[in-house]
Amino acid sequence: MSRSKNSEQVLILEPNRIEKQYWKDLWHYRELFAILAWRDVAVRYKQTAFGVAWALIRPFLSMVVFTVIFGNLAGLPTDGDAPYAIMVFAAMLPWQFFASALGSVSGSLMNGVGLFSKVYFPRLIAPAASVITCLVDFALSFIILAILMLWYRYWPTWRLLTLPFWLLVVFCFSMGLGLLMATLMIRYRDLGFVVPFFIQIGQYISPVAYSTSIVPAKWQFVYGLNPMVGVIEGFRWAILGKSATVNSWSISLSLLMVVVLIVAGVLRFRAVEKTFVDVI
Amino acid sequence: MDSVGDVVIRVEGLGKKYTLQHQQKERHNTLRDSLSHQAAVFGRWINPFTLSGQIRKARQLADLERAEREEEFWALKDVSFEIRRGERVGIIGRNGAGKSTLLKILSRITEPTTGRVEIHGRVASLLEVGTGFHPELTGRENIYLNGAILGMTRREIRLKFDEIVDFAEVEKFLDTPVKRYSSGMYVRLAFAVAAHLEPEILVVDEVLAVGDASFQKKCLGKMEQVSNLSMRTVLFVSHNLSAITSLCQKGILLDKGRLKKPMTDIYDAVDEYMDSTIGNSAYTIDINPKDKRAWITRAIVSNALDAKSSCFRVGDPIQFDVSYRCNSSIYSIGLGVGISRPSGSRITSFNNYILGIHLPTNSDEQNRIRIVLDDLNLAPGSYVVSLSLVENETQWLDLQTECISFSIVDDGFYIAGRSLTREQGEIWCRPQYVVTSN
Repeated sequence: MSRSKNSEQVLILEPNRIEKQYWKDLWHYRELFAILAWRDVAVRYKQTAFGVAWALIRPFLSMVVFTVIFGNLAGLPTDGDAPYAIMVFAAMLPWQFFASALGSVSGSLMNGVGLFSKVYFPRLIAPAASVITCLVDFALSFIILAILMLWYRYWPTWRLLTLPFWLLVVFCFSMGLGLLMATLMIRYRDLGFVVPFFIQIGQYISPVAYSTSIVPAKWQFVYGLNPMVGVIEGFRWAILGKSATVNSWSISLSLLMVVVLIVAGVLRFRAVEKTFVDVI
Repeated sequence: MDSVGDVVIRVEGLGKKYTLQHQQKERHNTLRDSLSHQAAVFGRWINPFTLSGQIRKARQLADLERAEREEEFWALKDVSFEIRRGERVGIIGRNGAGKSTLLKILSRITEPTTGRVEIHGRVASLLEVGTGFHPELTGRENIYLNGAILGMTRREIRLKFDEIVDFAEVEKFLDTPVKRYSSGMYVRLAFAVAAHLEPEILVVDEVLAVGDASFQKKCLGKMEQVSNLSMRTVLFVSHNLSAITSLCQKGILLDKGRLKKPMTDIYDAVDEYMDSTIGNSAYTIDINPKDKRAWITRAIVSNALDAKSSCFRVGDPIQFDVSYRCNSSIYSIGLGVGISRPSGSRITSFNNYILGIHLPTNSDEQNRIRIVLDDLNLAPGSYVVSLSLVENETQWLDLQTECISFSIVDDGFYIAGRSLTREQGEIWCRPQYVVTSN
């Protein structure tokens, strides 16, 4: 890569040597990261009739179903004066991202075995690249949000500018949890069944289809232990503006847990990736 | 700095230890097993009736169990050598000699347990052709993907793109998903990308085992050409000795993880390797089995061209020296030989009955028989031999299953650089081609 400048690069291989140059390597292999991410995106919608439209159809239909069932039939309250559909969709964005990112990150070690045992690169590239597809889907869903807001003439506030921050939070959360799952999945294939189930249940435990305001005050403390509660509240705070119900407890708890998770996830992944190829 | 003779790879005391987990004891493959085991251990701990002495005993037992379950295995030990710029080095050795482990360490897939490797220059390793190829992507897309995985930059790939496509002979199918490619096209495309890598050091595993013979030849030629032009250093592992000797100048012979022969001329290394592929070429039994009326006492397989040697090239005559004893008078004895692949598939069998030959049944001395097989061109690989003694074509007297073995190596049976793969058959032949049209 920097061959033209310096053909005399020296590489030393010793026990535990990779440790020292890992983060440098990660930067060095950025082009591979880009191409792996591109591969996942390119492959995702090949040979599908509607192609990329699926990225729009799925969240849209889920939003319609949730709005009709929870908003209209069950008559649950929305946040302030925000239309129910927008409130649901504001939660749908991080939830869909989380669900697909968790799935692909946790499977990334198992799915990459063929590659890992044949060529070296910092393994963290594989799960990170697999999240890019989810980011693309996220960006596409954002178009639906824009259309919804135009339709209801619900104008965003300056808070919308904080969205990248909340996206970073949900990114770190999915990455941290996913990396932990990925390392466990090597030993315990059971997790291959657990993760999808967990995501399915999680959608109802987290305030995706309803507002956190319907959770009784005395349960808010326990409810906030789910990091996605804080993340979703953050997204609603950014998108809905003043109407959003925000619980500072769940948001700060969620931020704290996300930081712990991402650090633990990366450390654990680093520990496992060194010997992973030998034991698989 | 870039002159011949610089050491580009220096390996010092390299070792790689694997811990083998034995399967017979409990091994928690599923979460439930693990949890229930943990619960049982925890239960033992909190049991108030457990005395401290028992706890110590339980701990010792657990340690012992662990030691029993885990066995250390050095796939590579104390390996040291130096490779200079522009050298093409073949690494040879039997299966399990540590060749792949060495390549894996050099290509950074796994870390060494001991020792140190110093590499000067950019390394590209080719442990497989088509690593990362995605069946849904087109040929064009896969060239970029595979190139990036092998360590080329996008600019390099763009520069070489036309050359790669030419080499692979797939221009017409560039925009077709590779899942629709024939296996030949697939391999050609994959190898074409690899052949255009331009690192200072190229590490190549058994990749030439795939693809048809003419393409193999083309790849060997390409590798040799670039290596000569750009002083590229090549490390090459293959079981195809003729490919190795035609490409490499030097050789390293590994045996059971150790360096059996330090870096030498490739022909010396190959000779030594052929001498070492004897296997257990001899079988002897000293005790007299009481319950048998006749039994095989000795069996040796050797090369009929040179009785001291037990290595075979394809086409070498194979000689069996078998001795047997008889206890009582036997009416008509039959000596049967069966040659099989270690996987169990029988290649051929024969006995003296089908040849109409009568064998002696002396009971006071060894009966010694020599069998020479000179019309069996077995393909390279290892073979096991089973011997049997039969009375009157039906009655079993003695059966020694897979008691001796031998290996056959490829050393230029066909013209240089050409060989057949295992899938192409168990027997090699050199038929005559005569043009009968005008």
